[in-house]
Amino acid sequence: MTQLQINLAMKVLRTILSWAVALFLFFPLGWLVLTAFKTELQAIAVPPLLIFTPTLENFTIVQERSDYMLYAQNALITSIASTILGLMLAFPAAYSMAFFKGKHTKDILMWMLSTKMMPAVGALVPIYVIAQTVGLLDTRTALTIVFTLSNLPIMVWMLYSNFKDIPGEILEASRMDGATLWQEFRMVLLPLTMGSLASTGLLCLVFSWNEAFWALNLSAAKSGTLATLIASYSSPEGLFWAKLSAASFMAIAPIVVFGWFSQKQLVQGLTFGAVK
Amino acid sequence: MAYLQLRGIEKTFGEQRVIKGVNLEVQPGEFVVFVGPSGCGKSTLLRLIAGLETATAGTILLEGRDITNLPSSKRDLAMVFQSYALYPHMSVYENMSFALKLAKADPALIEEKVSRAAKILNLNDYLMRTPKELSGGQRQRVAIGRAIVRAPKVFLFDEPLSNLDAALRGQTRIEIAKLHRDLGATTIYVTHDQVEAMTLADRVVVLRDGLVEQVGTPLELYDRPANQFVAQFIGTPQMNMVAAANLKALGSKSGLKIPEGGYVGLRPESVILVAPGEGEFEAKVELVEALGAETLIYVSTAWGAQLVARQTSRTPLTAGANVGVKIDTSTAHFFDAKGRVAAVN
Repeated sequence: MTQLQINLAMKVLRTILSWAVALFLFFPLGWLVLTAFKTELQAIAVPPLLIFTPTLENFTIVQERSDYMLYAQNALITSIASTILGLMLAFPAAYSMAFFKGKHTKDILMWMLSTKMMPAVGALVPIYVIAQTVGLLDTRTALTIVFTLSNLPIMVWMLYSNFKDIPGEILEASRMDGATLWQEFRMVLLPLTMGSLASTGLLCLVFSWNEAFWALNLSAAKSGTLATLIASYSSPEGLFWAKLSAASFMAIAPIVVFGWFSQKQLVQGLTFGAVK
Repeated sequence: MAYLQLRGIEKTFGEQRVIKGVNLEVQPGEFVVFVGPSGCGKSTLLRLIAGLETATAGTILLEGRDITNLPSSKRDLAMVFQSYALYPHMSVYENMSFALKLAKADPALIEEKVSRAAKILNLNDYLMRTPKELSGGQRQRVAIGRAIVRAPKVFLFDEPLSNLDAALRGQTRIEIAKLHRDLGATTIYVTHDQVEAMTLADRVVVLRDGLVEQVGTPLELYDRPANQFVAQFIGTPQMNMVAAANLKALGSKSGLKIPEGGYVGLRPESVILVAPGEGEFEAKVELVEALGAETLIYVSTAWGAQLVARQTSRTPLTAGANVGVKIDTSTAHFFDAKGRVAAVN
């Protein structure tokens, strides 16, 4: 074989392998989508059916049995509110850590990140009790607060790593030019960090939307998000695969579409500071 | 009364005392240069005046008003940063007009002031560009323009030329001097480059380890340095120091009381090379640097010290030649064992 043929063969092999890996990863999701359009009997058929007449029956049942729009609305409100609240807290925190570095700034950052290492279930009881005591169980307020807190370390880190690439002298120059703190934020720092704010916000929006642990534990029928909706279709007996798939499909579809359109910003957000 | 006054200014970062009590008076329209080796506190002192750092002790007065604890934005001073610190997301015009915009100046007035500054600095063709579309020299001029537009009470420059190449640095230095002459604005300029200090300053403040070593006009510092540090910091090549112990005969010959354990300082132009056997001591030529307009001759003495002589005439001397070194006591500087200038008469 000539070098050219070897190169071609390698290329074909790499392509096949890439597709194989991609399909392997996509398979559960693809199967879920297929199942959503089957009847319950088709869903449990052995061998599994690949060719069948698709039905929208499951979607109708899901919509009849539970108010999809309510869950979707809860998910939307809690994700957006927690993202905005989180950005409002993370922005000044990252600002002070990046531009007024103290002796313990690095420690505080590490400590914040370390809270993400802790299993959420470790904090479940205290948080549940607090929510119950203050009467916030099954409210959007409780979910918004918890989502904000659980995303906050990541938000601060992302903004911090972006802010510290901005020369502090630019902000000092604005102070010399007579800018107040607010003007410094609004007219200098904000325009320079818009990109990172957007990608941090987008990422946390996705995180909050997908959050299941706290949503399942702190909410029920009133303030449940789509994660709660999905979970409500799993039952210990009876046939539920097709309906569960349909509910899941409805829950993930909006965020997948959203992620598709904002993937550039999301990737940028995740790789901040990695490449300069 | 002085325009800008520093009284007992101190600054401590953690355990470290960076500024250890500085007193200084700046007159209106004066061009004052802070010079010193790196780490001497000159930039910190400038940042204290700017309000970008807060003094640990002492007071700063501007036109008699205490501004020690006033935020930068209220001090009405303008600063040109070493990195230029232009706003990357704004055009040159927006960069230059930012301060006036914040001060809510009349748009027509802003327009007029910016275009006047742009004309002075030759920036008219670049007003709509962003900083990243400019060369280093142009960015530097925008940074200066941003300061000029405001007509501040004091201009502060923090090593503004150190990011420019040698040719541009020389040229910009001249422009800054000219600008100061035209505007007559009070200016404080920080540099580690003593040539910049000597050429630009009305008065030079030499700093070391957070303390003022000497304040004076450039030639005062050159001709009458207060101590060995200033003597060796100002002037290139630096002043030669000969230990008095090696010049025992000089005292009796000239009738001067050369301090015990002290030093005799000789500017390179005061080291006079004569025929071997004449002069105070013998030396051997190590290296000759013929620069055209001047010639630098490096010689080593019998006791191992190296001296440099500067002369405007060309020399037939080559490396290895033996010479005598004559000392003219009228141009020599005398320092005691602690490096302070010593009276010898």
